[in-house]
Amino acid sequence: MNAENRPILEVKGLKTHFHTKRGVSRAVDGIDFTLRKGETLGIVGESGCGKSMTSLSILRLIPSPPGKIAGGQILFKGKDLVSLSEDEMRKIRGNEISMIFQEPMTSLNPVIPVGEQIAEALRLHQKMSKKEARDKAVEMLKLVGIPSPEKRAKQEPFQLSGGMRQRVMIAMALACTPEVLIADEPTTALDVTIQAQILELIKDLQTKLGMGVIMITHDLGVVAETCDTVAVMYAGNIVEHAPTNKIFSDPRHPYTQGLIASLPKIHEDQDELKTIEGSVPSPYNMPLGCRFASRCPFKQPICHERQPELAAQPDGVKVRCWMYTSQWTEFQQQEAVK
Amino acid sequence: MTLEAKTKQTVVVTQTMNHPKESKLKDFLSILMQNKAAMVGAIIILFYIIVALFAPLLAPYDPYEIKLENKLIPPSPDHWMGTDDKGRDILSRILFGSRLSMGIGFTAVIFGAFFGIIFGLVAGYYGKWIDSTIMRIMDILLAFPGILLALAIISALGPGLTNVTIAVGAYSIPLFARIVRGSTLEVKRLEYIDAIRSLGANDITIIFKHILPNILSPIIVQGTLRLATVILSAAGLSFLGLGAQPPSPEWGTMLSNGRDFLFSAPYIAIFPGLAISILVLGFNIFGDGLRDAFDPRMKK
Repeated sequence: MNAENRPILEVKGLKTHFHTKRGVSRAVDGIDFTLRKGETLGIVGESGCGKSMTSLSILRLIPSPPGKIAGGQILFKGKDLVSLSEDEMRKIRGNEISMIFQEPMTSLNPVIPVGEQIAEALRLHQKMSKKEARDKAVEMLKLVGIPSPEKRAKQEPFQLSGGMRQRVMIAMALACTPEVLIADEPTTALDVTIQAQILELIKDLQTKLGMGVIMITHDLGVVAETCDTVAVMYAGNIVEHAPTNKIFSDPRHPYTQGLIASLPKIHEDQDELKTIEGSVPSPYNMPLGCRFASRCPFKQPICHERQPELAAQPDGVKVRCWMYTSQWTEFQQQEAVK
Repeated sequence: MTLEAKTKQTVVVTQTMNHPKESKLKDFLSILMQNKAAMVGAIIILFYIIVALFAPLLAPYDPYEIKLENKLIPPSPDHWMGTDDKGRDILSRILFGSRLSMGIGFTAVIFGAFFGIIFGLVAGYYGKWIDSTIMRIMDILLAFPGILLALAIISALGPGLTNVTIAVGAYSIPLFARIVRGSTLEVKRLEYIDAIRSLGANDITIIFKHILPNILSPIIVQGTLRLATVILSAAGLSFLGLGAQPPSPEWGTMLSNGRDFLFSAPYIAIFPGLAISILVLGFNIFGDGLRDAFDPRMKK
């Protein structure tokens, strides 16, 4: 394996649980993925499927209590982040792993000039003087394409538009040239033209800095444009992990198939948009078997009894579904006999 | 994007375009200036501050000088507010007394705010058992009527100006702790706190650089309103003989002294009483005005 595509972040069997009065909510329940240098991994899924909790878990920013990483490993360059002390973790946050948040409107401190906020990221991790940090902050603002950066650096967040603030957030996250960037729905709160600019900016900086990017989104359009591989999450599990083109051309898991089918097609005349029947199971009361079973058009009794593993297919696509196991025909025959 | 979010964004964008720098401060000041009551309050406070600063220049007589031959002169061109039973000029005493009252007021509020802010920030930020422990102690302090608590503290420390300041300051602690804790809880779940934590900031930086500056407005409002209460309580304690001791020209002490002459020479008690009431009124209406200006939505 050459240096270019060595894994920098490996998540193994990560479980993040929330202990509340209603019981234990298994927001993230045993997920595995690997991120390589320079790669963009998309994590898609609907609201509440655990994608944001996954990213917060990686940075160990789960609100605790009630949240807790209940198991698994997060290996960053071979170090297990789960077992690091809070002090060691702080040295990694913003320095080696950074994060961009969804809401640029609320992700900046409203009373501090933006330049100073970027400078703070630098001063936290690199022994820079105030002056050096300020100059570097202006440089970062220029890098993320903000016009007249010297002037903008002195302004407070309310004087900037949403797109500009998101650029500032990116500048903050990238100030210390991290190796992994987690972008948690970075474009959801922006309008469409700005979305494209921001995505292009992230892509561009990724090539320049050689980071691995985890792109968390519920927008399949964003996935198609930016990601190399995609992990589809459903109810706290990864149900399918495949190269982006395979996800669109040959979706395997019934849930992924449903997602792709629900996309409106530009050259077909559609009166109604397709949906997936049913709703997500409650995180407090997960079914014993496959979590998608109750909504699945292909379900068999086994689907309600045992949960399938996330297993690799011959072509490398990983899918968590009984249909792609060797026993599937057996199950079908058994059912037919009955 | 929801419609609401979109509208919010449009509003922000227009604001961004139209507003020059410092516009937040300008907005704030213009709202405050439009509030006539608050302006009256501000003028009263300013007046008292000037009086306190320049008391030695303004006072026509020595406030401590006893001239028994001048005793109990009613208000007259020589003694605008008359003289007391020991022949001391009441105007001069009131002018000097403003230094004591303002001094006690500001010191006690700063003392109470300092500890209250720290307790409130720590309780609100760390939560869990730390929060419960601190806030239960604050609740216990709040359960006593303020003046009773101050009396208890003074009976432990002994009477005197310093001890009165400590006592009235101490019973302001839980009030500050409460509002600071509440605001901290609100601010700490905002996304920019997560964002700054994701950059590797430690708790001290987050608490003092990112939370505290964003919750200053309720603290300032509470502080201003608190000044009124504290000054009134301190005067009350002095009136009871627990605070400033004669011959100090503290207003409460003067009021207490005038008690014996209420019918024969009411001006001995009336003027210090007026001095206290007007100052307290000033802080109260200014505090209310500040609250409206900091949060225009709260205005009825």
